[in-house]
Amino acid sequence: MNLFLIAVSAALVNNVVLSQFLGLCPFIGVSKKVDTAAGMGGAVIFVITIASAVTNIIYSQILVRFDVTYLQTIVFILVIAALVQFVEMVLKKLMPPLYKALGVYLPLITTNCAVLGVALLNVQKSYGFVASVINGFGTALGFTVAIVIMAGIREKIEYNDIPESFKGTPIVLLTAGLMAMAFFGFSGLIK
Amino acid sequence: MSKSLDCIKSGIITENPTFVQMLGMCPTMAVTTSAINGIGMGLTTTVILILSNMMISALRKFIPDKVRIPAYIVVVASFVTIVQFLLEGFVPSLYDSLGIYIPLIVVNCIILGRAESFASKNNIWLSMMDGIGMGLGFTIGLTSIGIFRELLGNGSVFGFNLMPNSYQPVTILILAPGAFFVLAGLVAVQNKVRLTKAKKAGSEISVCERTDGCASCTNALCSGKAYTIESVMEDKKEVEK
Repeated sequence: MNLFLIAVSAALVNNVVLSQFLGLCPFIGVSKKVDTAAGMGGAVIFVITIASAVTNIIYSQILVRFDVTYLQTIVFILVIAALVQFVEMVLKKLMPPLYKALGVYLPLITTNCAVLGVALLNVQKSYGFVASVINGFGTALGFTVAIVIMAGIREKIEYNDIPESFKGTPIVLLTAGLMAMAFFGFSGLIK
Repeated sequence: MSKSLDCIKSGIITENPTFVQMLGMCPTMAVTTSAINGIGMGLTTTVILILSNMMISALRKFIPDKVRIPAYIVVVASFVTIVQFLLEGFVPSLYDSLGIYIPLIVVNCIILGRAESFASKNNIWLSMMDGIGMGLGFTIGLTSIGIFRELLGNGSVFGFNLMPNSYQPVTILILAPGAFFVLAGLVAVQNKVRLTKAKKAGSEISVCERTDGCASCTNALCSGKAYTIESVMEDKKEVEK
């Protein structure tokens, strides 16, 4: 039950893009079409879930054991960068269909601040292994939900008559603001 | 001497990271809920920017070109860790309110961007000046956005009540949606300025040349940037067809 709460809170209540402002760049950059947004979301789910698992193991088995937890930022960012490359190679070799679907997006997430953010939050909230993975998965799911909704709205916005200076990023940000207000509605889910 | 002053001036005014270059938008949105947070985040970033610029400039002849980005990240991450400890020890209130956004300075566009475009090409003194200029420019940007949001959203500035009692605060501005609205307004104003300039010059600017937050980011690792460039290229190809 507790794990379920962690997942819901990560995905909806504390949505990574709309309330924590992590991963804004892909959120704005890759949200032009629904299918690319979904592809990006899939890749983010994949990477963040694996990254939370790996960083959690490294943190508890290496950093804590040798009492060097202050190295977490340096270690995490290098591990994540290497991990993304590694995941890409493994997918290419072992699971070509999945690679075809997600491959283009993987290099784009190398240093997405959301990946590092989730790893650091897991440590900050002292989650165990399972809770970390669930939290990572939930966060990434929240990202996917937000980016797919945004892409759907943007496909419609294309045909609207927007003031010249609001075209492009500003209208996306305004839409995101409205979405963030809507997501406030979820905050009643968890007390 | 005048060259170093130029560096500072360009950082604060002509190439201001927040208002002109639109860099580091994630921390800008996340921490500007109050003026004090804005100034704290700005100064923290400034210190890290100065130190990492100097270090990278000093090492610029020893870092092989192929591994320069990971090398920069390690340098920046080390300084971030040091500064994080100092904040925790001496300014615990700021450390608590900035929270996870302090370690996330590592992936801030401004720092890696300046390392790549300035510190790796210039001497230590100029890199330090560039760090001071850019850092102060960022601090000014964050603080003024923080003042704006805190004044309208909470009726106070730096915790002091400034608005009359009858003022009804627009609380939404200090919440998450407010950050998006303020930033949208800021980018729109900037687009307006660019459009007017382009009109005066008699040329039209395409959507790709507008401020696109991440497209203007010089951080080679920024995921949004890579994609934006890619999608712009694709659009061009489609047009050519």
